[in-house]
Amino acid sequence: MTVAQQMPEAEASITTDDIEDKDQYLTFIMADEEYGVDILRVHEIKGWDKVTPIPNTPAYVCGVINLRGTIVPIIDLRQRFGLKTIPYGATTVVIMLRVIEEDGERTMGVVVDAVSEVYNVSPEEMKAAPDFGDTVNMEFIHGLASVDDKMVMLLDIDNLLNSKEMTAINQAVYEEAEEVSEKA
Amino acid sequence: MTIDMSQFLQTFYEESFEGLDVMENGLLNLNTGEADAEEINTIFRAAHSIKGGSGTFGLSDVANFTHILETLLDEMRDGRRTVTQEAVNLLLQSVDILRGMLGSCRDESEYDHNDANALHKKLEALLGQESSTETTTTESAESIKSEAWRIKFRPDENVLRTGNDVVRMMSLLAELGEIEVEADISGLPSIHDMDAEASYLGWTIKFYSKCSIDEIKEVFEWVEDESDLVIEPVASGKTGAESQKTEECVPEGQLSTPAKKRTQTTSASGKDTSSIRVGVDKVDSIINMVGELVITQSMLNELGTGFDMSKLPLLLDGLSELERNTRELQENVMRIRMLPISFVFNRFPRLAHDLGQKLEKKIELKMSGEHTELDKTVMEKIGDPMVHLVRNSLDHGIELPEVRRKAGKPETGTVHLNAYHKGGNIIIEIIDDGAGLNKEKILAKARKQGLVGEDEVLSDEKIYDLVFQPGFSTAEVVSDVSGRGVGMDVVRRNILSLGGSVEVQSEEGKGSQFTIRLPLTLAILDGQLVKVGEQTYIVPLVSIIESSQAKKENINAIAGKAELYRLRDEYIPVVRLYKSFNIKPDTTELTKGLLVVVEGDGQRAGLFVDDLLGQQQVVIKSLESNFRRVDGVSGATILGDGTVALILDVPGLIRFSQEPSRLHLVGSSGNEAA
Repeated sequence: MTVAQQMPEAEASITTDDIEDKDQYLTFIMADEEYGVDILRVHEIKGWDKVTPIPNTPAYVCGVINLRGTIVPIIDLRQRFGLKTIPYGATTVVIMLRVIEEDGERTMGVVVDAVSEVYNVSPEEMKAAPDFGDTVNMEFIHGLASVDDKMVMLLDIDNLLNSKEMTAINQAVYEEAEEVSEKA
Repeated sequence: MTIDMSQFLQTFYEESFEGLDVMENGLLNLNTGEADAEEINTIFRAAHSIKGGSGTFGLSDVANFTHILETLLDEMRDGRRTVTQEAVNLLLQSVDILRGMLGSCRDESEYDHNDANALHKKLEALLGQESSTETTTTESAESIKSEAWRIKFRPDENVLRTGNDVVRMMSLLAELGEIEVEADISGLPSIHDMDAEASYLGWTIKFYSKCSIDEIKEVFEWVEDESDLVIEPVASGKTGAESQKTEECVPEGQLSTPAKKRTQTTSASGKDTSSIRVGVDKVDSIINMVGELVITQSMLNELGTGFDMSKLPLLLDGLSELERNTRELQENVMRIRMLPISFVFNRFPRLAHDLGQKLEKKIELKMSGEHTELDKTVMEKIGDPMVHLVRNSLDHGIELPEVRRKAGKPETGTVHLNAYHKGGNIIIEIIDDGAGLNKEKILAKARKQGLVGEDEVLSDEKIYDLVFQPGFSTAEVVSDVSGRGVGMDVVRRNILSLGGSVEVQSEEGKGSQFTIRLPLTLAILDGQLVKVGEQTYIVPLVSIIESSQAKKENINAIAGKAELYRLRDEYIPVVRLYKSFNIKPDTTELTKGLLVVVEGDGQRAGLFVDDLLGQQQVVIKSLESNFRRVDGVSGATILGDGTVALILDVPGLIRFSQEPSRLHLVGSSGNEAA
């Protein structure tokens, strides 16, 4: 299913009756799990395109692209969450998000497996994420919602895509460096 | 009749600040004792327009303050008062006070009136010394209250030409009270000699109202300086001589009581929406360019309909025309942002003057190249670092007169500010003929602070460079001017953040020279595209010295860690770009790729890349706006095919390739050794 086919369907699911008190979330699929982001933060959705890598950044920062004249970083969400990477395919999409930070607004893109639906979730339906202790990092999860008996994880993107977060260079880079020099 | 004055407020502030600059420059040019009439006139005019403007906008504090300045200047202009150093200093201080007042009015912040009041008193005292009669009558003029007034008003011939309307003044008066007007036609020439635009009439107005003299004066505010104006209370029955006195002093009295009525009207915000004044010639040339662009576009358009291969040469011509137009247009648009560096330089005569007096040094400030143009943003940011450097030269560089005499130098020290273009850079030099930097002292201090190891041998250049380290000051006495050791590092940081560099050369006993190198603009640069593996990077053309293929015999490795390349008589470190950036190159053998010799921060290095691609102008885009700063990268740009290419930060690259603490470098070199 391509993005273009997805969108009208997503729109169709918006019913006019009780929109008022409900927040809308755009959901996407990653490793068979469904995640949601506040739809008001979604700038646009586009297909995967070649990126320009940025040196010495964490592995989950794919690089930057040209979004109509501005330079926008792209984050691989699978890697960010420590999931197994898969090759980018036909349904792979990049969701452009507005991230709000203290010093202003940034636009960033996240690579996900596929976009799914748009749901209306009222604040009452949203449940706080349970504490798993150290085993699962829940700080990016804003809350959980059940829609049609499915669980959707609603993401706190301001926390997730914090630019300070990107400063941390993780081990992968060193390994990569060693790899390169070994080849050298 | 209400007009929204707020729209003019911004312009007023801009003009006033310009006026203050003019006053300051004029005052600095005034040679004590011999007043150049033209100079004083210039200062007077500037003060006068500030007074007029601030009155109009209801900034009564400013108006009052300027008024007393104006009185002082007026006396100087008429030669009734000699220009003393004391007076000039007071006037200079007043300019500062006014700048503060206007600044706080603009930002709608509270202004501390104590300084202003103190200075106001000083000025009054100065005025009072020689013309005590005036100040006393001023007071009496303020207290005049009456219910009936006689106003004698004879405007200047040009009153109508300056856009003032006597009829409107009369009707304004009529709004305030009852008036009986008698025209005085004695000045009327015969009808043949009459100029239709001139005013020959005078009026005697009997005015019955309880309003104060200020309110009456307000009506005549714009014309009073050019007119014969006598306002006298009728009931008090003053003698002719006394009323004559009133006439003289009333202009002084009028504005020293604030016109409260008007203060409320100025609530409008003067928020900092910065604007640029652009010369009409620049705008005209842009309009010309756009015209040409439109013509080229329509030409190409026509070519496109019914195009066949026979028209190919025409198309190519058209395209090259389009390229030329675009480039010219771009250059011209960039020129809008360019301002002469005199905007920055102009503040230094004052600084030199004040500091010279304070430190009891004799200082001559020379300036050249003030017309060198520089991008506005760069200009705004270079001001503070430059002030710092000039202060340093004045405070630490130039010695006291007797010290200079003993050293066989002229008593007056010279500080020379120079600016010029060189390549794509603007170079600003601050040269003094003072004591110069003391190498031993700097080195000793650096050793003490642990910046330099005990037996490390440094080149002169490196030693001088130490002054830019944080917390480094060799001044023996910390003054409020400088010597605290904060500053030089900030200076360097500010300049670096602009993409520039700063260097110092010095000779002990002869003086020192600070050289600031700045990019002309922050928006566009000429770049050399280089290829490493699959990636394209852009090296700013200004930092490239040459490119060559490395010869095996010239490559030297040091302890397996660093590599040096012998370039003629010089050894330069090799920076392998693929290593710095952790990417896969086509080749890792120095002899197979290319070595681009670059210079950044006065240091050279050989940048090892796979290949050189083309050269082109690139528009700099910020990485930080959506991401963050990346070491070794100064920004990004979009290439012709729409992909993003990173622009290399050459000094940054050289710096961090030399930092042994870079973990991945340690890791990789360890691997190589193994």
